[in-house]
Amino acid sequence: MFAAFAIVAILYPFISEGEVLRSDIEWLPAQGLNFTLRMDGFAWMFSMLITGIGFLVVLYARYYMSPRDPVPRFFSFLLAFAGAMQGMVIAGNLILLAIFWELTSIFSFLLIGYWHHNAAAREGARMSLIITGTGGLCLLAGLILTGYIVGSYDLDSVLAAGNAIREHELYVPTLALILLGALTKSAQFPFHFWLPNAMAAPTPVSAYLHSATMVKAGVFLLTRLWPVLSGTDEWFFILGLAGMSTLLLGAYFAIFQRDLKGLLAYSTISHLGLITTLLSLGSPLAAVAAIFHMVNHATFKASLFMAAGIIDHEAGTRDMRKLSGLFSYMPITATLAMVASAAMAGVPLLNGFLSKEMFFAETLGQHSSSMLDEMLPYVATIAGAFAVTYSVRFIHTVFFGPKPQELPGEPHEPPHWMRLPIEFLVLACLIVGIIPGMTIGPYLHTAVTSVLGDRTPQYSLAIWHGISTPLIMSMIAFISGILLYLILKNYLARCEDGPPGLNRLKGQHIFDRMLVTLSWRWARWLEESFGTHRLQPQLFLVILIALIAGCWPFITTDSSFALPSLTGIDPVFALLWGTGMACALGAAYQAKYHRLAALILMGGAGLITCITFVWFSAPDLAVTQLLVEIVTTVLILLGLRWLPKRVEKIDIASTLTAKARRLRDLILAISCGSGMMLIAYHAMTSAPLHDSIARFFVEQAYPEGGGHNVVNVILVDFRGFDTFGEITVLGIVALTVYALLRRFRPAPDSIDIPEQQRRQNAFDDDHPERNIGETVHDYLLVPSVIMQWMFPFIILLAVYLFLRGHDLPGGGFAAGITLAIGLLLQYLASGTRQIEDRLHIMPIRWIGFGLLLAALTGMGSWLSGFPFLTTYSTYLEIPLIGQLPVATALFFDLGVLLLVVGATALMLLAIAHQSTRSYRTRTTESAKTGEET
Amino acid sequence: MELILSLGIGVLVGSGVWLLLRPRTFQVIIGLGLISYAVNLFIFSMGRLVADKPPVTQAGTRIDPAMLADPVPQALVLTAIVIGFATTALFLVILLATRGLTGTDHVDGREPD
Repeated sequence: MFAAFAIVAILYPFISEGEVLRSDIEWLPAQGLNFTLRMDGFAWMFSMLITGIGFLVVLYARYYMSPRDPVPRFFSFLLAFAGAMQGMVIAGNLILLAIFWELTSIFSFLLIGYWHHNAAAREGARMSLIITGTGGLCLLAGLILTGYIVGSYDLDSVLAAGNAIREHELYVPTLALILLGALTKSAQFPFHFWLPNAMAAPTPVSAYLHSATMVKAGVFLLTRLWPVLSGTDEWFFILGLAGMSTLLLGAYFAIFQRDLKGLLAYSTISHLGLITTLLSLGSPLAAVAAIFHMVNHATFKASLFMAAGIIDHEAGTRDMRKLSGLFSYMPITATLAMVASAAMAGVPLLNGFLSKEMFFAETLGQHSSSMLDEMLPYVATIAGAFAVTYSVRFIHTVFFGPKPQELPGEPHEPPHWMRLPIEFLVLACLIVGIIPGMTIGPYLHTAVTSVLGDRTPQYSLAIWHGISTPLIMSMIAFISGILLYLILKNYLARCEDGPPGLNRLKGQHIFDRMLVTLSWRWARWLEESFGTHRLQPQLFLVILIALIAGCWPFITTDSSFALPSLTGIDPVFALLWGTGMACALGAAYQAKYHRLAALILMGGAGLITCITFVWFSAPDLAVTQLLVEIVTTVLILLGLRWLPKRVEKIDIASTLTAKARRLRDLILAISCGSGMMLIAYHAMTSAPLHDSIARFFVEQAYPEGGGHNVVNVILVDFRGFDTFGEITVLGIVALTVYALLRRFRPAPDSIDIPEQQRRQNAFDDDHPERNIGETVHDYLLVPSVIMQWMFPFIILLAVYLFLRGHDLPGGGFAAGITLAIGLLLQYLASGTRQIEDRLHIMPIRWIGFGLLLAALTGMGSWLSGFPFLTTYSTYLEIPLIGQLPVATALFFDLGVLLLVVGATALMLLAIAHQSTRSYRTRTTESAKTGEET
Repeated sequence: MELILSLGIGVLVGSGVWLLLRPRTFQVIIGLGLISYAVNLFIFSMGRLVADKPPVTQAGTRIDPAMLADPVPQALVLTAIVIGFATTALFLVILLATRGLTGTDHVDGREPD
């Protein structure tokens, strides 16, 4: 944080002359989206605040946070927030700005909800996220409109197009949307209520986010766009009204808070209202005052929050009715807090005084001849008086008066390092307050010039301007503020939380009611009216909509079908598909009660598919389809054992509704089938595409990919990245299968050993010379010997398929599944238990190494300066084997192979392994009974 | 030939859709299997039906794309087959786990009332 601060500080000379630092990274240039960062004087000033106060807050939080809290989480959120805020300040592109804006909302949510065991924290976090998030969406819409008007999202172009925006017919909606974003973020009336609720956050968060930075984002944006948007009546009325009501209400509410942080929160709201009011005026001098007050407010409010945190930390409560007379316990902190709150009240010789005087001076000027403008000086003076009242209350109740009673802890001074940030900030308040021209003057000037450009007015930062109206206004505010406190003192000592009269008018209640209506009542109503928990109607609708979508082009456009010609049909092929269709229909018919039959029939349809691939020149597909067919069938066979038995009493649904439903489904199925048939026929008989990308692939497969098998070259080279993604998915699926099965609990009626196995085992039990499981083994004796002998040959076949894959049908996928089938055969031959005792396959490692190898091969091309997965190919002369194509794609394909073996084996073995469960349960049970007897 | 294949695709889709709308999980898994065959064949047939011209080039001869089957749909289908297998496996395991947890193989996780 300090390093960031230093970097920002070093950058000052570059921007002090009104230069703009820019850095462009193209992101989505086609959409006008670039990752543009730009820093001018104003952004620099804000960056100083963000990094400087950020550093102090981090230092403070180091002592504030309890060791029991998850501190790393806190600091990572805080730093992430600082990063987002910094990004927002220096964003040079409107969309980028909106993204950072949303990020600050999200991190603010996480930070407010940091103590998530606390209901108030969760509540406050949610509220702030909903309000600032909604505002953020409005802002995004507003910024997009701005970009549309200007024709560019670049901030510099936008700033240069002020007139165009103000005269555009979309100006009002744009302005309204942007203001919604800014006002929600800066907690302006009527969206102010989230800020006091956000006080459930740890105090460093309040000090940083809710005084110095995040809530300033709104006014930052208003200032940033001030040259573009301001000066119109709409601007003045919306902002002026919001700002003035916030200024007044915030100050009024602040007086009547019980909670120290609540008082500070409402005071923050009020001060933000002040800044908004200043910005609304549209005069350059007011903008100067606004910028100046942003800095001043950040300094004194951050220090006050930290002081409140110290009081809370050391005294154990923030309730102002319990706190009193703390001065004798913590004199230094008390003095610091007094100075800071004097700055908050606007006492001379402190920075708050200067900007407040500028504010008073500005309110007197004539801006537009309206009631609002006439009222402004009075509103300002009253709010000033309220500010004095709450500041005096803060100091007087906490630090003076009788010794505190019933405090949870014995208050004392905090460690020095915890106080240091406050000391530093208070010192800044003092120095700026006494010699403004020599300290903040030039920096402020840089910031102001960068915003206002040619319109920078003459202004002076002197403390003494002579006896002027603003000074008299200040005096009135002081005297009446102190008087008000004296009147209210007794009332405040025992009053309820919240101001009298307005207590019932809580934005929070309205917000809650809206939320309940929107997210509960309406949502429930919607769900009850349109939702269903049942899968079948949902699937029915999905398919129906798909059918309608498929038919749509045929209905809307005039398309004629050529009559099918019955010539040129190969009878063998027709017979083949006759079988295939019979298989499909049979599977559909049998799937309910005869699962095994349905599975075999489905396999039949799969085989016909496979033969079709062979027939129409797709050997790779045929090989893969055949192998996958085997694995899928075995997999489902393994699963069959865990499905429920056939219910003896078959109640064929004979009610009318059930029949109607089946008829409806049948009609849908038939329409989908015939629809697909029509589309497929239409597509297949239309003229072939000659100039598709296929030409490129076929022509370049050998020259660039180094392989003759175009399909394989596409997979491992041209579209290698897709394949990489695909094998990743395969690996993830396998791991998911494995994870799901690790905690697998079979249904109660499937736990028992299957009937056949039980009989075989009973037979073994009856014969003392036999071991359990031998009968099963004997049944499969001949096949198992064959299977065991086949193992090396299957491995050889897999290697062969793999090596020839680049030039001839084969490849990593096929080889991998072959190898997995080899393993599977061993399981079939020897039984799960025996094989698991002898053979240790670690499929997860295969998956890992496969993925690693594929990724490393891809990255290898970076070494020679090519993009990810660029292939290098050559031929290698190997004795005995002959010429072998060696491309780096081969290693990639090897990765594919390893992963496919691992994933397939993992899935199959995980399911196969379940069969040992019942055996285990039984043996443990028999062991128990054995012990008993 | 096209007629036969499109008829086959149609029957596969029809059977698959019928099964997809049935209440038992096993029926749905078989239905998905049939539909995936149909979809694979459909994508594959988009390259038109060409016999005896596998997309494997010969060394030393001039390459004429018109003389070979379209490799692009084939590459698409190849990955589709493998992913189809993976999803079938995942669905199967979810089916088994749901059956273990809920005690029923109905798609809604409970027997209809």
